[in-house]
Amino acid sequence: MASPVEKTYSDRQKAPSDTTRVSWLERVRYYLPTALIFVAVLLLWEGLVRGLDIKQFILPAPSAILDAFMGSLAQMVNLGIYTGTEALGGFIIGCALGIGVSLATSRWTTARETLLPLAIAANSVPIIAFAPVMNNWFGVSNQFSKMAIVAVITFFPMMINMTRGLTLVDPSALELMRSYAVSEWKTLREVRIPNSLPYMFNAFKVCSTLALIGAVVGEFFGGTRDALGVYITQEAAQFRFQNSWAAIIIACILGIGFYLLIVALERLVIPWHASVRKTEE
Amino acid sequence: MSVVSISSVNKVFGKAPNQTIALQDINLAIEPGEFISLIGPSGCGKSTLLRIIGDLISPSNGVVLVNGKPAPQARENREYGIVFQAPVLFDWRTVEKNVQLPLEIMGQTPSERAARANEMLELVELTGFQKHYPYQLSGGMQQRVSIARALSFNPPLLLMDEPFGALDEITRERLNAELLAIWARTQTTIVFVTHSIPEAVFLSTRVVVMSARPGRITEIIPIDLPQPRDMATRELPRFYALVTQVREALRGGESAKG
Ligand SMILES: Nc1ncnc2c1ncn2[C@@H]1O[C@H](COP(=O)(O)OP(=O)(O)OP(=O)(O)O)[C@@H](O)[C@H]1O
Ligand SMILES: [Mg+2]
Repeated sequence: MASPVEKTYSDRQKAPSDTTRVSWLERVRYYLPTALIFVAVLLLWEGLVRGLDIKQFILPAPSAILDAFMGSLAQMVNLGIYTGTEALGGFIIGCALGIGVSLATSRWTTARETLLPLAIAANSVPIIAFAPVMNNWFGVSNQFSKMAIVAVITFFPMMINMTRGLTLVDPSALELMRSYAVSEWKTLREVRIPNSLPYMFNAFKVCSTLALIGAVVGEFFGGTRDALGVYITQEAAQFRFQNSWAAIIIACILGIGFYLLIVALERLVIPWHASVRKTEE
Repeated sequence: MSVVSISSVNKVFGKAPNQTIALQDINLAIEPGEFISLIGPSGCGKSTLLRIIGDLISPSNGVVLVNGKPAPQARENREYGIVFQAPVLFDWRTVEKNVQLPLEIMGQTPSERAARANEMLELVELTGFQKHYPYQLSGGMQQRVSIARALSFNPPLLLMDEPFGALDEITRERLNAELLAIWARTQTTIVFVTHSIPEAVFLSTRVVVMSARPGRITEIIPIDLPQPRDMATRELPRFYALVTQVREALRGGESAKG
């Protein structure tokens, strides 16, 4: 079957999976370079800030950021939960609508061929510019206004990818189903939907990043002080940059966590696909 | 009554200036229990003819009857199984689930399906690979799974498009013998596309020789080798004579008539 055209994930060799018999040593060897580089960058950062005496409002040292982070851990967690809820809620709405629309149009070629160019066009405009409008429609302090932004941003990539997955099917597979004289519905269930799953997970990965960007940037345009984006801007306005940076750490953790969740789900749902396969060396 | 009856079938692809006449004036009647091979140069319309018999595409004109019914109706009744040039397995199904696909569609119970799938996999010597995914199999193994899938529901007519094209000579000969055994046991009628002359001669009751541009039937050669056939059949002088005859028919040689 056709494989997804958009490869958003890294093409780097896969991490050794836990089910194949690999020693912990191999795992350490696999992740060690990444960890070393991460630590090296932090050390360099710390060294440069101290050595060149860089002002903290330009760039705080990692140690200062960590202090700020640990100093207000409870608040940080709350910020994360508040904005994470917005991102996740909008993600679910946007992706559900995207999947729904592409499923609904998959049977009607004309509907699909009318909608798809529109979706591709819409997907290439900076939808985030609608954030103030959404804030206005649903109320700045209402979490739903951010969910609406996220939903609009994630809808288009989801719909486009899903439609590709449902339509870019091996013609012979369709002929095989035709030889069994099955209904369109059955073909959808047995061929098109399974074929679309790798595309769907690709879209999930893209959308998870977009969802967080949408939520945080939406909050830049206004919201309550529980919101990550609001907190970042307000602390920055008062020159408490180490607090802004601490909040950015939360945003990073959210983003990585979201992504890893999707990867885990992908391994569970499509173990047969090339992006997840367990290779035996 | 013929299993397949093709009268005055033409197939044209594309519109006026860029037309391809894939098939021209095809007439062929295939009787119950026959093993028919279609042989001819690449692009002469063998796959197209097979797909017309299976009602996967419609002829531009002409009539195709399968078991006395129009081809679309025979398809609706699931009266044939098909093996494509490529294995066409579903990546998301394990080997056994791929073989069970038609049985599932036809509403067999899980235990019936599993038993039948195991039987078919044993036949194509893939026992032990039930739980594997297609990507874990070699190309030839994948093709054997697709043969098992086509045989699984005992169709009265089997359409096979170069099923052994991707296999090594030894495996190919073994599967040829296997296929003949299945054919003899199930009394299935088989229409078989191949590029291999010895394969066509070894397997068939008749070899249909086609030519390209436009795709036509140039000659139908009856294969009068004794049944059942085995490895020794390939050593018979008559076998070599028939191989030569088919080869010359393919070249368009008139001497083939003898
Ligand atoms: N869907 C299609 N649209 C247009 N032309 C087609 C289509 N399918 C087949 N053809 C044309 O019809 C002719 C016969 O094709 P076909 O696939 O039947 O050949 P074949 O005998 O099976 O060849 P091969 O041995 O290479 O598989 C070719 O010239 C091909 O270009
Ligand atoms: Mg062909």
